[in-house]
Amino acid sequence: MGVDRRKFLKIAGISAALGLGGSVGWQLLRPGQLDAAEEPWNTPYQWVTRDHGALKEVPNPRALKGKRWGMAVDMKKFTPATAKAAVEACNYYHNVPSIPTKQDIKWIWLAPYKNVFPEVENPMAGDYTDMDYITMCNHCDQPPCVRVCPTKATFRRDDGIVLMDFHRCIGCRFCMAACPYGSRSFNFQDPRPFIKKQYDGFPTRAKGVVEKCNFCAERLAVGKLPYCAEASGGAMIFGDVDNAGSALRKALRGRYSIRRKPNLGTNPQVYYLV
Amino acid sequence: MLEKALSGSKLYWGWLVCLLILMAAGFASYLVQYNEGLVITGMSRDVSWGFYIAQFTFLVGVAASAVMLVLPYYLHHYKDFGRITILGEFLAISAVLMCILFIFVDLGKPTRILNVMLYPTPNSILFWDMIVLNGYLIINLVAGWVTLESERKQVAPPGWIKPVIYLSIPWAVSIHTVTAFLYAGLPGRGFWLTAILAPRFLASAFAAGPAVLILLGYLVKKLTNFDPGKAAFETLAKIVTYAIILHIFFFFLEVFTVFYSNIPGHMDHMKYLYFGYHGYNALVPWMWAALICGFAAIVLLVNPRTRQNTTILPIACVLVFICTWIDKGMGMIAGGFIPNPLHEITEYAPTALELLVTFGVYATGAFVLTILYKVALGVKEEEAAL
Repeated sequence: MGVDRRKFLKIAGISAALGLGGSVGWQLLRPGQLDAAEEPWNTPYQWVTRDHGALKEVPNPRALKGKRWGMAVDMKKFTPATAKAAVEACNYYHNVPSIPTKQDIKWIWLAPYKNVFPEVENPMAGDYTDMDYITMCNHCDQPPCVRVCPTKATFRRDDGIVLMDFHRCIGCRFCMAACPYGSRSFNFQDPRPFIKKQYDGFPTRAKGVVEKCNFCAERLAVGKLPYCAEASGGAMIFGDVDNAGSALRKALRGRYSIRRKPNLGTNPQVYYLV
Repeated sequence: MLEKALSGSKLYWGWLVCLLILMAAGFASYLVQYNEGLVITGMSRDVSWGFYIAQFTFLVGVAASAVMLVLPYYLHHYKDFGRITILGEFLAISAVLMCILFIFVDLGKPTRILNVMLYPTPNSILFWDMIVLNGYLIINLVAGWVTLESERKQVAPPGWIKPVIYLSIPWAVSIHTVTAFLYAGLPGRGFWLTAILAPRFLASAFAAGPAVLILLGYLVKKLTNFDPGKAAFETLAKIVTYAIILHIFFFFLEVFTVFYSNIPGHMDHMKYLYFGYHGYNALVPWMWAALICGFAAIVLLVNPRTRQNTTILPIACVLVFICTWIDKGMGMIAGGFIPNPLHEITEYAPTALELLVTFGVYATGAFVLTILYKVALGVKEEEAAL
């Protein structure tokens, strides 16, 4: 088919993950059928047969496109309930297990200010340093995890999202040593028994590989916003950092924002509005 | 030449059987790990490398230290090392083999190890470590075997082996430098983010390796007719002396920068290791034991009378071994992860199964070393009988 493995993954893996409503991961359409299709797709790609019989992948026209995705987290807008909802939505829809040991898996979680922003403590600041902060992968512009990975199992997409190929990862955990934000987790064991209720729209992982927040790449591909942003009640604003008109840029314009460990040169793309 | 390993005393066979039993126990434990996952280890989300990677780091040093024999012997024609250089090269082979095994048992998906070669990634230091370690293994195998074979045939070694031996000198430095780079280039780990990490690694390596070699030399002398020679022991002891002093000196350079600068991200790891941090202090006794052993070794080694004493020298070497093994093994790896990037503390201690796997790998190394030494000493004996 002339599709290399990684491209196949991009298409099939994510589509299979999104096989909602009983539809298969991707669909084969007859010539001309694409134009006739009225129902909006819920898969990232569709295969279309051309007149001469060749297959062509067509991306979902509703897919969100960005030059560099980023997130603003407005801690003032969060209530304890919405913060919890954002975390729980991610955990459920990504089959993140809950393991009651120090070998736990975390994609997005809450931690005190002094832990999320160590060395930026300010005992006089009051209010905003007393809160718990949402913590997740920063989808760095210069990600150290990508730099150290010996197999390119973790990679940065052109739109800035740092992703994992769970089928290439050898489990060396170099990326965990490299991440300055503690955003990565390793499957020390088979995670499946620790998933309370399995969501069939996203793959579960196997023991021995590293995982982390994926900025809901599978959602963007079908034109939807990340789960956490959706559940946050407007406290998490997702958008294109490079687009001056984006909701994210608007949110960042009027407010003072801080980022985690900007002195390390990673250029993190999660901004905290304080 | 391998046939020399097939005949030996009862002690020789008994020793090999003991090692095989340990290897089997280690392998069985590894099978449990293979089935269950690394969940059977003491590692965690916060301390994601542990005992295996610590042993790997330490043994890279032991392997690199062969250069301390090769360099004086081949570059400076220091004849007293003529008899034992092969022992250093063979020690390097067994050490590198253990390094590779320790990396292997640490992998979450060992069956995918070839991905490192299928998707070569030059920006990853692990990729380069794979190249230098395997290269070093091959260089030492070739250099050791060819020179030994020539010795046996009573002919001069072939001309082409010289460049291979010369290559092994910078290559030895490279394996430990690249191993230090695994840690020293990570932006968020203050404990490792120091340019002196590679020199520190090399200094402790050149102390630990020759110390192990002296101990092996004594053992060989006791168990066989082969005597490495008084001069060889004395020179090796001097190398250990300089290296252990450098090791401690480099440690204090680190201490100065870390504490005088007063930067928490660099200081807190040291505080945790040597004084305990927020009530967590599992490694404190170990670290002080290492430091005390290091100082005691220096006292014994600097004084020529104690250094040349054949009873005290092995004791000093054991002290050097303990000092560097704890420092690089327990301290260097776990210490870099505690506290974690969020300044939280999760302590680390290996589990029983983790230790069994570790013993299994060490037993494998000892097995290979025994065979190689048996061959080398067999050739030397044959030579002496002529």
